[in-house]
Amino acid sequence: MASSVVKTTTPAQPTTGPTQSSFLATLGRWSFILPLLVLNLIVVIIPSIFGLMLAFTDWSGYGPINFVGLQNFAALFQDRIFFKSLGNNLVWTAMFLTVPIFVGLLGAYMLSGIKRGQMFFRVAYFLPYVFASVVNSQIWRQILHPRVGIGPILAEYGIPILDFPIFGTRETALFGVAFVDGWHFWGFLVILYLSAMAAVDSELYEVARLDGATRFQQFRFVTLPSIRPTLVFTILMITIWSSLVFDYVFMMTGGGPANSSEVMGTYLYQNAFQRFDVGYAASIGVMMSLWVMLAVAGFVYLRRRGWEI
Amino acid sequence: MLKQRDQSKLPNYLVLSLLALFALIPIVILFFNAVKTTVEIGRNPIGIPQEIRLDNFIQAWDQGGYAVTIRNSLIMMSSTIVASLTIAGLAAYALARLKLKGSALIAFYFLVGTSVPPQLFMVPLFVAWRQVGLINTHLGLIIIYTGLYSPFATYLLRSYMIGLPEEFIEAARIDGASNLQVFRKIILPLSWPGFLTAGLVIGLNVWNEFLFAVTFLPDPALKPVATSLFEFQGRFSRDWGLTSAGSVIMVIPIIVLFLLLQRRFIEGLTQGGLKG
Repeated sequence: MASSVVKTTTPAQPTTGPTQSSFLATLGRWSFILPLLVLNLIVVIIPSIFGLMLAFTDWSGYGPINFVGLQNFAALFQDRIFFKSLGNNLVWTAMFLTVPIFVGLLGAYMLSGIKRGQMFFRVAYFLPYVFASVVNSQIWRQILHPRVGIGPILAEYGIPILDFPIFGTRETALFGVAFVDGWHFWGFLVILYLSAMAAVDSELYEVARLDGATRFQQFRFVTLPSIRPTLVFTILMITIWSSLVFDYVFMMTGGGPANSSEVMGTYLYQNAFQRFDVGYAASIGVMMSLWVMLAVAGFVYLRRRGWEI
Repeated sequence: MLKQRDQSKLPNYLVLSLLALFALIPIVILFFNAVKTTVEIGRNPIGIPQEIRLDNFIQAWDQGGYAVTIRNSLIMMSSTIVASLTIAGLAAYALARLKLKGSALIAFYFLVGTSVPPQLFMVPLFVAWRQVGLINTHLGLIIIYTGLYSPFATYLLRSYMIGLPEEFIEAARIDGASNLQVFRKIILPLSWPGFLTAGLVIGLNVWNEFLFAVTFLPDPALKPVATSLFEFQGRFSRDWGLTSAGSVIMVIPIIVLFLLLQRRFIEGLTQGGLKG
């Protein structure tokens, strides 16, 4: 595995016209895709297979590898911090499937109704999405700081709701981090929903209006069914991404205080790179993969049932 | 202010403006704080600065080692872009134009390959990279980024190349051009917008990437802007003006590029399904 790294850029052999044998022609065609396949194999697929296997060992990252069967998983199911992380990932998923989708639909629907200024709003909403997580977390760490943020100002005006360390309090840390991630994410949904809405046949709205439908009814009975494929796709993406959360939690709370905002991604990282319990970390990685597989399986199932997604 | 026929759109503009404020005010506050002293931030944490002082930028540039970290980021961005676009361009051409047997299988393979959690393969990858001495090298991370982002670029470029007119390619083939020559002379010049879009998205992702950079490049001299800024924020956690200026330095090139090429950014980021 190691030495093959260097050989990833096998030069593509050009084939020269129909005179060559069909075997060489096929080989020539495949050589165009070979670098991509080989590189993906080295960076993603082979290490993933090793990741699965390491989950059944007690390896520390150095020295001999001992297989220990299902011991890691047995330990995982008695690990309160793991269950806390898993629960936090579920809470995270629930939050992201509701608030950003609602705001995304609202923004896109309002945006689809106007022409002038549409470009400005699209750019404004999308801007936080192209910012690095390390910048966005800095922005909100300052704004929500109990001493140099908006908390003390609000308190001065008699609204003492934000003048405490949001990221340093057990009950609020996870929600604070999810808010920051959500702030950078919802504009992405607006754009996705907007392009889906732009494809809706405007005659459908005409008919609905003639039938006396209110704007909300038009949204409910024309827009929503028409953009269902996009909606279901974003639900799938959010479900997958919510299991992979890492950046914002790692940067803003490090999973704390007292593991209250721990997610599987940060807990895995801690086990692998701070406790050097590679086997245990790998078993958390397997659980994360199971989550993704379940989400994809649900998606495929819905598709089989005849959903146009 | 609004014309008569726009009156019914007033609720739209109201909601849209509130959302725009929600998106933009935090960014404006970051820019405000970047030109304030720490003392002023204590007194006036989110308001308009009393005077514009650029000291924070000079100090952040120095203390944050931006001359080095920007260079590091640029090395990794340009190499990843060139490598990914080369690999993805060839693959997309084969998938779109060369009638490969089993291309559906390949599409499925990449669907699975791109939905594997990075955390699953990151640890074995780290061990393998340590074995061959690729930890703490830019090359090590460039290989990883190229592996991670070229499937996305392939997908994007393939959809561009499928739309290209068949006649040009046929004409070139009749003239005796090989597959590679068709690719170089016909496909590349015609699908450059796709390459530009894919390159921009990949560049942005490398610039912003955190998880792999923080794991595979612990050496401060080699760090890209993102992980170095994170460490800088930790070192000067009470000096809000300084860390804000550091963040502004990181986002200014992105803002400028984004405003210039927003259509391409938005198109690339929403079509690829890449996590940002």
